Amino acid sequence: MLAALLVLLLLGGWEAYARLGGIDEFILPAPTQVAQALWDDRGLLWDNLLVTGQEVVLGLALALLAGAALAIALHAYRPLRRAIYPLLVGTQAIPIVTIAPLLAAWFGYGLLPKLVIVALVCFFPIVVTTLDGLAAIDPDQHKLLRTLGASRAQTFRWVEAPAALPAALSGAKIAVAVGGIAAVFAEYAGSENGLGHLLLQSIPQLETARAWAAVVVLAALAVFCFSLLALAERHLAPWAHRRKDLDA
Amino acid sequence: MATRLEAPTQRPRDVEGEVLLEGVTRRFGDVVALQDVTLRAAAHEVVAVVGPSGSGKSTLLELVCGLQAPDAGRVVAGRAVLMPQRDLLLPWLDALDNAALPLRLAGRGKAPARDRAHTLLTQLGLDGFERARTWELSGGMRQRVAVARTLLAGAPVLCLDEPFGALDAITRADAQGWLAGVLAREPRTVLLVTHDVEEAVLMADRVVVLSPRPGRIVVDVAVALPRPRSATDPAVAALRARALGALRSAMEGGA
Repeated sequence: MLAALLVLLLLGGWEAYARLGGIDEFILPAPTQVAQALWDDRGLLWDNLLVTGQEVVLGLALALLAGAALAIALHAYRPLRRAIYPLLVGTQAIPIVTIAPLLAAWFGYGLLPKLVIVALVCFFPIVVTTLDGLAAIDPDQHKLLRTLGASRAQTFRWVEAPAALPAALSGAKIAVAVGGIAAVFAEYAGSENGLGHLLLQSIPQLETARAWAAVVVLAALAVFCFSLLALAERHLAPWAHRRKDLDA
Repeated sequence: MATRLEAPTQRPRDVEGEVLLEGVTRRFGDVVALQDVTLRAAAHEVVAVVGPSGSGKSTLLELVCGLQAPDAGRVVAGRAVLMPQRDLLLPWLDALDNAALPLRLAGRGKAPARDRAHTLLTQLGLDGFERARTWELSGGMRQRVAVARTLLAGAPVLCLDEPFGALDAITRADAQGWLAGVLAREPRTVLLVTHDVEEAVLMADRVVVLSPRPGRIVVDVAVALPRPRSATDPAVAALRARALGALRSAMEGGA
Protein backbone atom coordinates (compact mmCIF):
# COMPACT_ATOMS: atom_id res chain seq x y z
CA MET A 1 0.00 0.00 0.00
CA LEU A 2 2.70 2.42 1.06
CA ALA A 3 4.85 1.17 -1.80
CA ALA A 4 2.11 1.86 -4.35
CA LEU A 5 1.61 5.32 -2.90
CA LEU A 6 5.32 6.03 -3.11
CA VAL A 7 5.48 4.90 -6.74
CA LEU A 8 2.47 7.05 -7.61
CA LEU A 9 4.05 10.03 -5.89
CA LEU A 10 7.32 9.52 -7.78
CA LEU A 11 5.58 9.11 -11.13
CA GLY A 12 3.39 12.14 -10.42
CA GLY A 13 6.43 14.25 -9.55
CA TRP A 14 8.22 13.07 -12.65
CA GLU A 15 5.20 13.76 -14.83
CA ALA A 16 4.77 17.27 -13.40
CA TYR A 17 8.46 18.05 -13.74
CA ALA A 18 8.64 16.79 -17.35
CA ARG A 19 5.44 18.54 -18.42
CA LEU A 20 5.59 21.80 -16.50
CA GLY A 21 9.36 22.24 -16.19
CA GLY A 22 9.71 22.85 -19.90
CA ILE A 23 11.97 19.81 -20.27
CA ASP A 24 12.48 18.60 -23.84
CA GLU A 25 10.86 15.18 -24.31
CA PHE A 26 14.07 13.99 -26.02
CA ILE A 27 15.88 14.62 -22.75
CA LEU A 28 13.26 13.37 -20.31
CA PRO A 29 9.95 12.00 -21.52
CA ALA A 30 7.05 12.06 -19.05
CA PRO A 31 5.80 8.72 -17.70
CA THR A 32 2.64 9.04 -19.80
CA GLN A 33 4.81 9.39 -22.90
CA VAL A 34 6.76 6.29 -21.92
CA ALA A 35 3.45 4.46 -21.42
CA GLN A 36 2.36 5.68 -24.86
CA ALA A 37 5.60 4.34 -26.35
CA LEU A 38 5.05 1.01 -24.56
CA TRP A 39 1.70 0.71 -26.29
CA ASP A 40 2.70 2.08 -29.72
CA ASP A 41 5.87 -0.02 -29.94
CA ARG A 42 4.41 -3.13 -28.31
CA GLY A 43 5.18 -5.35 -31.32
CA LEU A 44 8.75 -4.13 -31.54
CA LEU A 45 9.28 -4.39 -27.79
CA TRP A 46 7.79 -7.88 -27.63
CA ASP A 47 10.04 -9.20 -30.43
CA ASN A 48 13.12 -7.77 -28.74
CA LEU A 49 11.98 -8.99 -25.33
CA LEU A 50 11.88 -12.54 -26.69
CA VAL A 51 15.49 -12.20 -27.84
CA THR A 52 16.79 -10.73 -24.59
CA GLY A 53 14.61 -13.04 -22.50
CA GLN A 54 16.13 -16.03 -24.22
CA GLU A 55 19.63 -14.71 -23.58
CA VAL A 56 18.92 -14.13 -19.88
CA VAL A 57 17.13 -17.44 -19.26
CA LEU A 58 19.62 -19.60 -21.15
CA GLY A 59 22.58 -17.66 -19.74
CA LEU A 60 21.24 -18.12 -16.23
CA ALA A 61 20.68 -21.84 -16.84
CA LEU A 62 24.25 -22.12 -18.07
CA ALA A 63 25.48 -20.22 -14.99
CA LEU A 64 23.47 -22.50 -12.69
CA LEU A 65 24.93 -25.63 -14.26
CA ALA A 66 28.50 -24.37 -14.32
CA GLY A 67 28.21 -22.64 -10.94
CA ALA A 68 26.78 -25.68 -9.17
CA ALA A 69 29.38 -27.95 -10.80
CA LEU A 70 32.25 -25.68 -9.76
CA ALA A 71 30.84 -25.27 -6.23
CA ILE A 72 30.66 -29.06 -5.86
CA ALA A 73 34.21 -29.47 -7.14
CA LEU A 74 35.53 -26.76 -4.80
CA HIS A 75 33.62 -28.28 -1.89
CA ALA A 76 34.86 -31.78 -2.59
CA TYR A 77 38.46 -30.78 -2.95
CA ARG A 78 39.64 -28.23 -0.43
CA PRO A 79 43.03 -27.33 -1.98
CA LEU A 80 41.18 -26.51 -5.20
CA ARG A 81 38.94 -24.18 -3.23
CA ARG A 82 41.92 -22.29 -1.82
CA ALA A 83 43.50 -22.08 -5.27
CA ILE A 84 40.44 -21.12 -7.31
CA TYR A 85 38.42 -18.95 -4.95
CA PRO A 86 40.67 -15.86 -5.13
CA LEU A 87 40.78 -16.26 -8.90
CA LEU A 88 37.01 -16.42 -8.98
CA VAL A 89 36.69 -13.21 -6.98
CA GLY A 90 39.22 -11.65 -9.33
CA THR A 91 37.13 -12.43 -12.38
CA GLN A 92 34.36 -10.31 -10.92
CA ALA A 93 36.60 -7.26 -11.24
CA ILE A 94 36.85 -7.71 -15.01
CA PRO A 95 34.73 -4.97 -16.58
CA ILE A 96 32.21 -6.87 -18.67
CA VAL A 97 31.89 -3.82 -20.96
CA THR A 98 35.47 -4.24 -22.14
CA ILE A 99 35.43 -7.97 -22.74
CA ALA A 100 32.01 -8.04 -24.40
CA PRO A 101 33.40 -6.76 -27.75
CA LEU A 102 36.20 -9.33 -27.52
CA LEU A 103 33.69 -12.13 -27.06
CA ALA A 104 31.72 -10.78 -30.01
CA ALA A 105 34.92 -10.87 -32.07
CA TRP A 106 35.59 -14.46 -31.01
CA PHE A 107 32.10 -15.92 -31.13
CA GLY A 108 30.34 -13.70 -33.66
CA TYR A 109 27.07 -11.80 -33.40
CA GLY A 110 24.88 -14.76 -32.53
CA LEU A 111 23.47 -16.07 -29.26
CA LEU A 112 26.66 -17.65 -27.94
CA PRO A 113 28.62 -14.53 -26.86
CA LYS A 114 25.49 -13.23 -25.10
CA LEU A 115 25.10 -16.48 -23.19
CA VAL A 116 28.75 -16.38 -22.21
CA ILE A 117 28.50 -12.82 -20.90
CA VAL A 118 25.23 -13.38 -19.00
CA ALA A 119 26.60 -16.61 -17.55
CA LEU A 120 29.86 -14.89 -16.59
CA VAL A 121 27.98 -12.26 -14.60
CA CYS A 122 25.44 -14.69 -13.07
CA PHE A 123 28.00 -17.35 -12.24
CA PHE A 124 29.64 -15.75 -9.22
CA PRO A 125 26.68 -15.31 -6.82
CA ILE A 126 25.60 -18.86 -7.63
CA VAL A 127 29.01 -20.36 -6.84
CA VAL A 128 29.31 -18.42 -3.59
CA THR A 129 25.85 -19.24 -2.22
CA THR A 130 26.01 -22.89 -3.33
CA LEU A 131 29.42 -23.33 -1.75
CA ASP A 132 28.14 -21.82 1.50
CA GLY A 133 25.10 -24.08 1.34
CA LEU A 134 27.26 -27.16 0.91
CA ALA A 135 29.50 -26.15 3.81
CA ALA A 136 26.69 -25.18 6.19
CA ILE A 137 25.90 -28.75 7.29
CA ASP A 138 25.69 -29.19 11.05
CA PRO A 139 28.88 -30.93 12.31
CA ASP A 140 26.66 -33.21 14.43
CA GLN A 141 24.87 -34.23 11.24
CA HIS A 142 28.20 -35.40 9.84
CA LYS A 143 28.92 -37.37 13.02
CA LEU A 144 25.52 -39.01 12.83
CA LEU A 145 26.02 -39.94 9.18
CA ARG A 146 29.41 -41.39 9.94
CA THR A 147 28.04 -43.67 12.63
CA LEU A 148 25.34 -44.69 10.13
CA GLY A 149 28.17 -45.66 7.79
CA ALA A 150 27.39 -43.12 5.05
CA SER A 151 29.96 -42.84 2.27
CA ARG A 152 31.15 -39.56 0.81
CA ALA A 153 28.81 -39.91 -2.16
CA GLN A 154 25.87 -40.84 0.09
CA THR A 155 26.50 -37.83 2.31
CA PHE A 156 26.34 -35.68 -0.79
CA ARG A 157 23.24 -37.36 -2.19
CA TRP A 158 21.20 -37.40 1.03
CA VAL A 159 22.36 -34.31 2.88
CA GLU A 160 24.69 -31.87 1.17
CA ALA A 161 22.96 -31.60 -2.21
CA PRO A 162 19.45 -31.03 -0.83
CA ALA A 163 20.83 -28.57 1.71
CA ALA A 164 22.60 -26.60 -1.03
CA LEU A 165 19.61 -26.49 -3.39
CA PRO A 166 17.83 -23.49 -1.82
CA ALA A 167 21.20 -21.71 -1.53
CA ALA A 168 21.85 -22.22 -5.27
CA LEU A 169 18.41 -20.86 -6.06
CA SER A 170 19.02 -17.84 -3.82
CA GLY A 171 22.22 -17.22 -5.78
CA ALA A 172 20.23 -17.45 -8.99
CA LYS A 173 17.75 -14.89 -7.68
CA ILE A 174 20.58 -12.45 -7.01
CA ALA A 175 22.08 -13.26 -10.39
CA VAL A 176 18.93 -12.75 -12.43
CA ALA A 177 18.65 -9.17 -11.23
CA VAL A 178 21.96 -8.34 -12.89
CA GLY A 179 21.53 -10.81 -15.75
CA GLY A 180 19.44 -8.31 -17.72
CA ILE A 181 22.17 -5.69 -17.52
CA ALA A 182 24.69 -8.25 -18.73
CA ALA A 183 22.47 -9.09 -21.70
CA VAL A 184 22.21 -5.40 -22.59
CA PHE A 185 26.00 -5.00 -22.50
CA ALA A 186 26.36 -8.11 -24.62
CA GLU A 187 23.95 -6.69 -27.18
CA TYR A 188 25.76 -3.33 -27.14
CA ALA A 189 28.92 -5.15 -28.16
CA GLY A 190 27.34 -6.44 -31.32
CA SER A 191 23.87 -7.63 -32.16
CA GLU A 192 21.00 -7.14 -34.57
CA ASN A 193 18.17 -7.36 -32.06
CA GLY A 194 17.26 -7.50 -28.38
CA LEU A 195 16.26 -4.81 -25.88
CA GLY A 196 19.88 -3.63 -25.55
CA HIS A 197 20.10 -3.25 -29.28
CA LEU A 198 16.81 -1.33 -29.26
CA LEU A 199 18.14 0.98 -26.51
CA LEU A 200 21.33 1.59 -28.46
CA GLN A 201 19.33 2.56 -31.54
CA SER A 202 16.60 4.59 -29.85
CA ILE A 203 18.84 7.10 -28.10
CA PRO A 204 20.65 8.52 -31.19
CA GLN A 205 17.30 8.46 -33.02
CA LEU A 206 15.95 10.72 -30.25
CA GLU A 207 13.29 8.10 -29.49
CA THR A 208 13.88 8.63 -25.79
CA ALA A 209 10.41 7.49 -24.77
CA ARG A 210 10.98 4.21 -26.63
CA ALA A 211 14.33 3.76 -24.85
CA TRP A 212 12.58 4.20 -21.51
CA ALA A 213 9.89 1.78 -22.59
CA ALA A 214 12.64 -0.75 -23.32
CA VAL A 215 14.02 -0.17 -19.81
CA VAL A 216 10.57 -0.79 -18.32
CA VAL A 217 10.28 -4.04 -20.28
CA LEU A 218 13.77 -5.05 -19.12
CA ALA A 219 12.75 -4.42 -15.51
CA ALA A 220 9.59 -6.46 -16.01
CA LEU A 221 11.71 -9.29 -17.39
CA ALA A 222 13.91 -9.27 -14.27
CA VAL A 223 10.89 -9.27 -11.96
CA PHE A 224 9.33 -12.11 -13.96
CA CYS A 225 12.46 -14.28 -13.83
CA PHE A 226 12.90 -13.53 -10.12
CA SER A 227 9.31 -14.56 -9.36
CA LEU A 228 9.75 -17.73 -11.39
CA LEU A 229 12.84 -18.64 -9.33
CA ALA A 230 11.01 -17.86 -6.08
CA LEU A 231 8.20 -20.14 -7.22
CA ALA A 232 10.68 -22.89 -8.12
CA GLU A 233 12.24 -22.54 -4.68
CA ARG A 234 8.86 -22.99 -2.97
CA HIS A 235 8.22 -26.15 -4.91
CA LEU A 236 11.68 -27.69 -4.94
CA ALA A 237 12.72 -26.70 -1.43
CA PRO A 238 9.59 -26.11 0.67
CA TRP A 239 11.59 -26.67 3.85
CA ALA A 240 13.77 -23.61 3.25
CA HIS A 241 10.71 -21.44 3.01
CA ARG A 242 9.29 -23.20 6.04
CA ARG A 243 12.35 -22.59 8.18
CA LYS A 244 12.18 -18.89 7.44
CA ASP A 245 8.61 -18.95 8.72
CA LEU A 246 9.69 -20.62 11.93
CA ASP A 247 12.50 -18.16 12.52
CA ALA A 248 10.28 -15.17 11.96
CA MET B 1 32.89 -31.28 6.81
CA ALA B 2 32.85 -34.68 5.28
CA THR B 3 36.19 -33.99 3.66
CA ARG B 4 37.97 -33.78 6.96
CA LEU B 5 36.43 -36.83 8.54
CA GLU B 6 38.88 -39.66 8.39
CA ALA B 7 37.72 -43.25 8.02
CA PRO B 8 36.42 -44.84 11.23
CA THR B 9 39.23 -46.32 13.23
CA GLN B 10 39.55 -50.06 12.97
CA ARG B 11 38.47 -51.73 16.18
CA PRO B 12 38.14 -55.36 17.09
CA ARG B 13 34.54 -56.43 16.64
CA ASP B 14 34.55 -59.82 18.26
CA VAL B 15 32.37 -58.65 21.13
CA GLU B 16 29.18 -57.55 19.34
CA GLY B 17 26.99 -55.75 21.82
CA GLU B 18 29.59 -55.49 24.53
CA VAL B 19 31.26 -52.18 25.29
CA LEU B 20 34.55 -51.93 27.09
CA LEU B 21 36.56 -48.85 27.95
CA GLU B 22 39.82 -49.60 29.70
CA GLY B 23 41.89 -46.87 31.32
CA VAL B 24 40.69 -44.41 28.69
CA THR B 25 42.10 -40.88 28.69
CA ARG B 26 41.13 -38.26 26.14
CA ARG B 27 42.73 -34.84 25.92
CA PHE B 28 41.99 -31.80 23.78
CA GLY B 29 45.17 -29.78 23.93
CA ASP B 30 45.73 -29.03 27.61
CA VAL B 31 42.18 -29.95 28.56
CA VAL B 32 41.71 -33.47 29.86
CA ALA B 33 38.15 -34.44 28.99
CA LEU B 34 38.28 -37.99 30.35
CA GLN B 35 40.85 -39.45 32.68
CA ASP B 36 41.48 -43.13 33.26
CA VAL B 37 37.90 -44.19 32.65
CA THR B 38 37.16 -47.88 32.86
CA LEU B 39 33.64 -48.93 32.03
CA ARG B 40 32.09 -52.16 30.86
CA ALA B 41 28.60 -52.62 29.52
CA ALA B 42 27.41 -56.15 28.91
CA ALA B 43 25.36 -56.95 25.82
CA HIS B 44 21.80 -55.58 26.12
CA GLU B 45 22.69 -53.64 29.24
CA VAL B 46 21.44 -50.05 29.59
CA VAL B 47 24.08 -47.88 31.23
CA ALA B 48 23.23 -44.28 32.08
CA VAL B 49 26.09 -41.80 32.24
CA VAL B 50 25.37 -38.82 34.45
CA GLY B 51 27.65 -35.88 35.07
CA PRO B 52 27.92 -32.10 35.16
CA SER B 53 28.48 -30.30 31.88
CA GLY B 54 32.06 -30.52 30.74
CA SER B 55 32.56 -33.94 32.33
CA GLY B 56 33.27 -35.54 28.97
CA LYS B 57 29.96 -37.39 28.60
CA SER B 58 29.64 -36.68 24.89
CA THR B 59 33.32 -37.45 24.36
CA LEU B 60 32.74 -40.84 25.94
CA LEU B 61 29.96 -41.57 23.45
CA GLU B 62 32.06 -40.43 20.51
CA LEU B 63 34.86 -42.73 21.62
CA VAL B 64 32.45 -45.67 21.71
CA CYS B 65 31.11 -44.73 18.26
CA GLY B 66 34.64 -44.56 16.87
CA LEU B 67 34.34 -40.86 16.05
CA GLN B 68 37.36 -40.19 18.25
CA ALA B 69 40.32 -42.26 19.37
CA PRO B 70 41.54 -42.35 22.98
CA ASP B 71 44.94 -40.83 23.85
CA ALA B 72 45.54 -43.65 26.30
CA GLY B 73 43.76 -46.88 27.12
CA ARG B 74 41.53 -48.81 24.77
CA VAL B 75 37.95 -48.87 23.59
CA VAL B 76 36.37 -52.10 22.43
CA ALA B 77 32.83 -51.96 21.12
CA GLY B 78 30.64 -53.39 18.42
CA ARG B 79 29.18 -51.12 15.80
CA ALA B 80 27.64 -48.20 17.64
CA VAL B 81 25.27 -45.60 16.31
CA LEU B 82 25.00 -42.09 17.74
CA MET B 83 21.78 -40.28 18.51
CA PRO B 84 22.55 -36.63 19.26
CA GLN B 85 20.37 -34.46 21.48
CA ARG B 86 18.96 -32.54 18.54
CA ASP B 87 17.03 -34.94 16.36
CA LEU B 88 18.81 -33.76 13.16
CA LEU B 89 15.95 -34.95 11.00
CA LEU B 90 16.41 -33.99 7.36
CA PRO B 91 13.70 -31.46 6.42
CA TRP B 92 13.69 -32.61 2.78
CA LEU B 93 12.57 -36.09 3.82
CA ASP B 94 9.23 -36.98 5.44
CA ALA B 95 9.00 -38.90 8.73
CA LEU B 96 9.08 -42.28 7.01
CA ASP B 97 12.11 -41.55 4.85
CA ASN B 98 13.97 -40.01 7.79
CA ALA B 99 13.46 -43.20 9.77
CA ALA B 100 14.39 -45.33 6.76
CA LEU B 101 17.60 -43.38 6.07
CA PRO B 102 20.02 -45.91 7.67
CA LEU B 103 18.49 -48.71 5.59
CA ARG B 104 18.86 -46.68 2.40
CA LEU B 105 22.47 -45.90 3.34
CA ALA B 106 23.01 -49.62 3.83
CA GLY B 107 21.93 -50.14 0.23
CA ARG B 108 18.34 -51.32 0.78
CA GLY B 109 15.77 -50.50 -1.86
CA LYS B 110 13.20 -47.79 -1.25
CA ALA B 111 10.17 -50.08 -0.80
CA PRO B 112 11.62 -52.61 1.69
CA ALA B 113 13.30 -49.79 3.65
CA ARG B 114 9.99 -47.94 3.93
CA ASP B 115 8.18 -51.13 4.92
CA ARG B 116 10.47 -51.71 7.88
CA ALA B 117 10.40 -48.05 8.89
CA HIS B 118 6.62 -48.06 8.69
CA THR B 119 6.36 -51.05 11.03
CA LEU B 120 8.63 -49.41 13.59
CA LEU B 121 6.95 -45.99 13.38
CA THR B 122 3.61 -47.70 13.97
CA GLN B 123 5.02 -49.43 17.06
CA LEU B 124 6.15 -46.02 18.26
CA GLY B 125 2.64 -44.63 17.87
CA LEU B 126 3.30 -42.59 14.74
CA ASP B 127 0.75 -44.40 12.60
CA GLY B 128 -0.74 -41.85 10.20
CA PHE B 129 2.22 -39.49 10.42
CA GLU B 130 4.55 -41.36 8.03
CA ARG B 131 4.19 -38.84 5.24
CA ALA B 132 4.28 -35.81 7.54
CA ARG B 133 6.96 -33.22 6.93
CA THR B 134 9.40 -32.85 9.79
CA TRP B 135 8.10 -29.39 10.68
CA GLU B 136 4.59 -30.74 11.03
CA LEU B 137 5.71 -33.04 13.87
CA SER B 138 5.79 -32.09 17.55
CA GLY B 139 9.06 -32.29 19.50
CA GLY B 140 8.09 -35.65 20.99
CA MET B 141 7.15 -37.05 17.57
CA ARG B 142 10.40 -35.86 16.03
CA GLN B 143 12.28 -37.64 18.79
CA ARG B 144 10.38 -40.85 18.05
CA VAL B 145 11.38 -40.63 14.41
CA ALA B 146 15.00 -40.05 15.49
CA VAL B 147 14.85 -43.12 17.76
CA ALA B 148 13.36 -45.17 14.91
CA ARG B 149 16.22 -44.01 12.67
CA THR B 150 18.75 -44.99 15.37
CA LEU B 151 17.19 -48.45 15.83
CA LEU B 152 16.96 -49.13 12.09
CA ALA B 153 20.71 -48.64 11.78
CA GLY B 154 20.77 -52.19 13.14
CA ALA B 155 23.81 -51.55 15.34
CA PRO B 156 24.14 -53.62 18.52
CA VAL B 157 25.17 -50.53 20.50
CA LEU B 158 23.16 -47.31 20.78
CA CYS B 159 24.77 -44.13 22.09
CA LEU B 160 22.02 -41.73 23.12
CA ASP B 161 23.26 -38.23 23.95
CA GLU B 162 20.59 -36.54 26.08
CA PRO B 163 17.90 -37.84 23.74
CA PHE B 164 15.02 -36.20 25.62
CA GLY B 165 16.85 -33.14 26.94
CA ALA B 166 14.88 -30.74 24.75
CA LEU B 167 11.44 -32.11 25.65
CA ASP B 168 9.04 -30.78 28.26
CA ALA B 169 8.45 -32.84 31.43
CA ILE B 170 5.25 -34.61 30.30
CA THR B 171 6.49 -35.45 26.80
CA ARG B 172 9.74 -36.58 28.36
CA ALA B 173 8.07 -39.03 30.76
CA ASP B 174 6.09 -40.31 27.80
CA ALA B 175 9.26 -40.70 25.72
CA GLN B 176 11.00 -42.62 28.50
CA GLY B 177 8.03 -44.98 28.51
CA TRP B 178 8.05 -45.79 24.81
CA LEU B 179 11.84 -46.06 24.66
CA ALA B 180 11.72 -48.60 27.50
CA GLY B 181 9.03 -50.46 25.55
CA VAL B 182 11.08 -50.53 22.36
CA LEU B 183 14.18 -51.74 24.21
CA ALA B 184 12.15 -54.50 25.87
CA ARG B 185 11.07 -55.73 22.42
CA GLU B 186 14.42 -55.18 20.70
CA PRO B 187 17.16 -55.30 23.33
CA ARG B 188 20.36 -53.39 22.57
CA THR B 189 23.33 -52.24 24.53
CA VAL B 190 22.58 -48.63 25.38
CA LEU B 191 24.80 -45.86 26.67
CA LEU B 192 22.45 -43.13 27.77
CA VAL B 193 24.00 -39.78 28.54
CA THR B 194 21.71 -37.57 30.58
CA HIS B 195 21.88 -34.75 33.10
CA ASP B 196 18.65 -35.97 34.66
CA VAL B 197 19.39 -38.41 37.49
CA GLU B 198 15.76 -39.48 37.67
CA GLU B 199 15.74 -40.39 33.99
CA ALA B 200 18.92 -42.39 34.56
CA VAL B 201 17.38 -44.39 37.41
CA LEU B 202 14.13 -44.97 35.52
CA MET B 203 15.79 -46.18 32.32
CA ALA B 204 19.07 -47.85 33.19
CA ASP B 205 20.40 -51.09 34.61
CA ARG B 206 23.36 -49.12 35.94
CA VAL B 207 24.03 -45.48 36.61
CA VAL B 208 27.58 -44.21 36.25
CA VAL B 209 28.41 -40.78 37.68
CA LEU B 210 31.24 -38.75 36.16
CA SER B 211 33.14 -36.01 37.99
CA PRO B 212 33.66 -32.52 36.53
CA ARG B 213 36.63 -32.12 34.19
CA PRO B 214 38.76 -34.16 34.03
CA GLY B 215 35.93 -36.67 33.89
CA ARG B 216 36.41 -39.82 35.92
CA ILE B 217 33.93 -42.33 37.20
CA VAL B 218 33.11 -41.53 40.82
CA VAL B 219 30.33 -44.02 41.38
CA ASP B 220 28.72 -46.93 39.57
CA VAL B 221 25.24 -47.76 40.92
CA ALA B 222 23.37 -50.88 39.92
CA VAL B 223 19.61 -50.34 39.50
CA ALA B 224 18.21 -53.80 40.23
CA LEU B 225 14.55 -52.80 40.05
CA PRO B 226 11.78 -54.41 38.01
CA ARG B 227 10.34 -52.57 35.00
CA PRO B 228 8.26 -50.59 34.36
CA ARG B 229 9.51 -48.23 37.02
CA SER B 230 7.76 -45.27 38.49
CA ALA B 231 9.35 -42.06 39.71
CA THR B 232 7.16 -42.24 42.83
CA ASP B 233 8.42 -45.71 43.79
CA PRO B 234 10.43 -45.29 47.06
CA ALA B 235 13.19 -47.59 45.76
CA VAL B 236 13.58 -45.38 42.68
CA ALA B 237 13.59 -42.27 44.86
CA ALA B 238 16.25 -43.79 47.12
CA LEU B 239 18.55 -44.66 44.22
CA ARG B 240 17.96 -41.24 42.72
CA ALA B 241 18.97 -39.63 46.03
CA ARG B 242 22.10 -41.80 46.16
CA ALA B 243 23.19 -40.95 42.62
CA LEU B 244 22.41 -37.29 43.18
CA GLY B 245 24.45 -37.31 46.39
CA ALA B 246 27.40 -38.82 44.54
CA LEU B 247 27.03 -36.23 41.79
CA ARG B 248 26.91 -33.39 44.33
CA SER B 249 29.96 -34.54 46.26
CA ALA B 250 31.84 -35.07 42.97
CA MET B 251 31.04 -31.51 41.95
CA GLU B 252 32.11 -30.10 45.31
CA GLY B 253 35.26 -32.20 45.26
CA GLY B 254 36.06 -31.10 41.73
CA ALA B 255 35.46 -27.41 42.38
